[in-house]
Parts: sequence; structure tokens; C-alpha cells
Amino acid sequence: MAGGREIKSKIKSVQNTRKVTRALEMVSASKIRKAQDLMKASRPYARLMRRAIGHIAHANSEYQHPFMVAREEIKRVGYVVVSTDRGLCGGLNTNLFRNLLGQIREWQDKGVEVDMVCIGQKATAYFRRLKVNMLGSVTHLGEKPQLDQLIGVIKVMLDAYTDGRIDRLSLVYNDFVNTMTQRATTDQLLPLPPSDELPSTHAWDYLYEPDAATVLDHVLTRYVESLVYQATLENLASEHAARMVAMKSASDNATKAIGNLTLIYNKARQAAITQEISEIVGGAAAV
Amino acid sequence: MSTIRCDIVSAEQEIFHGDVSMVIATGEMGELGIAPRHAPLITRLKPGQVRLKLENGDDQFFYVSGGILEVQPSVVTILADTALRAGDLDEAAARKAKEEAERALANRGAAMEIAEAQNQLAQAMAQLQALEHLRRNLKH
Repeated sequence: MAGGREIKSKIKSVQNTRKVTRALEMVSASKIRKAQDLMKASRPYARLMRRAIGHIAHANSEYQHPFMVAREEIKRVGYVVVSTDRGLCGGLNTNLFRNLLGQIREWQDKGVEVDMVCIGQKATAYFRRLKVNMLGSVTHLGEKPQLDQLIGVIKVMLDAYTDGRIDRLSLVYNDFVNTMTQRATTDQLLPLPPSDELPSTHAWDYLYEPDAATVLDHVLTRYVESLVYQATLENLASEHAARMVAMKSASDNATKAIGNLTLIYNKARQAAITQEISEIVGGAAAV
Repeated sequence: MSTIRCDIVSAEQEIFHGDVSMVIATGEMGELGIAPRHAPLITRLKPGQVRLKLENGDDQFFYVSGGILEVQPSVVTILADTALRAGDLDEAAARKAKEEAERALANRGAAMEIAEAQNQLAQAMAQLQALEHLRRNLKH
């Protein structure tokens, strides 16, 4: 029987692969729910923070914080890139990086340099190879990212902005739309994009304790942190969703491959049997 | 008795929301008692207790490790920090992030090498598979 054993061992190996992909699919399916819960739990903070920022933008303060003032000339831009730590999640990271590379090329055509900080192993590995100017990096956030893991990379960028080393800061991550769709998204962090709400009808201002500069500095830093944190959680949910879908299609492909191989195996077996019979009949006729 | 809406949230969860008759917290400049229709105010909070006087006269306590207190005429918002924060701690975190990047750039991280090796392996496998496919097609 020609190649019977080879086909059989190939079927076995595809079956093993399918076991792995099935397991990964199931793991992601359960993690996605937790990631979504985290995402939901952090939303109230982001919402209230936005509300407070909206109020601040409308307060008639004498003091203008540098984070709220757009600079006329842009010489250098910064990016905070959120990626996954692990692979096997389809085109999630690749799409994001391709999107970002397009933006980087646009800036470079205008003679603007790009700095970045990377969150997640994949971005760090990818942009290191591209020799991009990487100012900071944080990896291995785990399944439950904490805000204090992100403080370092955010501070690096905020300091760069305050010192005037970058004139604009953007955030790049995968937005979790639903299990099937994750959108590569770029949000401008600094300077704060103007809010679209109507200005209030009467002039008022806060009582700042101790003073406007200190308080606004604090609030705006927390605001940027909350946005990056939210993006990290969105990206985490996206990662699990993308992995689930990728692993599902891998399992389906494995099933299909096993079907094909089994068919080939059966045909080969049948051919061998037919040949044997015809040989016996031929032999009997000769006698 | 008039009440004021109070929201307390941290980046990781919602802690309290509801109507209260007074909010007492430790601001950077000292203790603050916020009653309904307080003037707009915004301040940093020191690590410490936040006491809410509820409508029925009960008190409810929360501990915050710092944060922001924002007062609007009809609503008090407390954006609590999740961890103890201080300038030099932030500074250390920033330094660590920079070091991490430098280490990654210097190509010393073992995990990074594994990731890269896996990448190359996957590429090589794909090329082999493509070659095998071509060869098989040529035979037919």
C-alpha cells in the first residue's frame, strides 16, 4: 500500500495541530469576556474625566495649560503604540503597524521626525527592527493590565511634550468594535483636541487649590493616562477576539485538511486492495 | 434637605454614585466639606478618607490614595488614583520604561530573541510549504 503510513502520520499531525488551535480558541473565548468586563469597568472613569475636562475647557481661566494649546509649527511628533504581547492573533498587529507606518511616512515626507513608545512585546520587537526612535517600552502587561504599569511610558512622552521635544502626541491601538471587527485607530492625545460642546452661557471659573497650573497639570496627566489605559484594555479585548477568530478558522482548515487526507488515504487503501485482488485473479488464471 | 450628586470612580472601577447631603475629603490645602451649591472648585486630594453624608443621615467612608476632586454646582466628581502616586515614583517608572526600550534596542532580551526566532521560523516554514506546493504542481 503506497504511502499509506505517510498519509496516516500526516493526518495524526494535523489532528494534533487542531487540538492546539481548538484549545487556544477556547481559552480566548473565555478571556474575551473578562477583557470586556475590564473595559466596561474602566469606562465610568473615562466618562467622568471627559466631563471634568469639558468643564475645564469652558472655564474662563487666565491660565492656559501647554497641553491645551496647539503649537503652530510641528517639528517632531510622538506616538504611543499599543500592541499585544503574543502572536497568533491573525492580522491584528500587522494591520495596526501598517496603518502607523503609513502615517510615519507621511510625517517624514513633510520632514517631521517621529518618536514613539511601545506598549506590548510585538510593537517593541517590530519597531526595533525598523530603527525607529523608541523612547520607552513596556511589555508583559498580563491579562489584567494595571494603570501603574503604564505610568512610565506615558510620563516619558508627556515630559517630551512639556520640554518641547515633540509637538504632538497620538495614540495608536485596536478599537474593539465587536468580536468580528477590530479597528486600527489613531487618537490625538496632545494638544487636547477642542471639544465640540457649546460654550457655556456665562463666564465662570474654578477655585483652584493650590493653583491653576498645579491642578491642571495633575488633571491633564491623569486624563492622558486614562485614555492610554482605556486603549490598552480595548486592545486586550481585540487581541482575544482576533485570536479566537484566527484559531477558529485554523481549526476549520485543519478539519478540512483532515477530511481531504482521509479521502486520499481511503483511496490509496482501496487501490491497494483492488490491485491485490487483480493480482490474485491474474495469478489464478495463469495457473 | 437638599442633596448633591456624587460620583467616585477610579480608573479600574466605579466606586460610588448617588445623591448625598455632604462630601468631606482631604484636599491638598486641607479638609474640605462640600455642601450642595458649592462654588465650582477643583483640587488634588491627599491620600486619605472620603466621607459621604447620605440623605438618611448615615455616613459612608472610602479610602482614596490621592486623586482629583471636581465640584460643579450640582455634582461632585472624585477621580481616585488606583495606586499611591508621587513625583519620584513616576520618575522611576519613566526611567524603567526608557531602560526597557534601551534593552530591547540593544537586542539583549531573551524573550525578544525568541519572538524574532519564531517569526523567522514561521517565514521559513511558509517558504518551504510554498516550495513543496510548487514542486507538487510541477509533477502533475
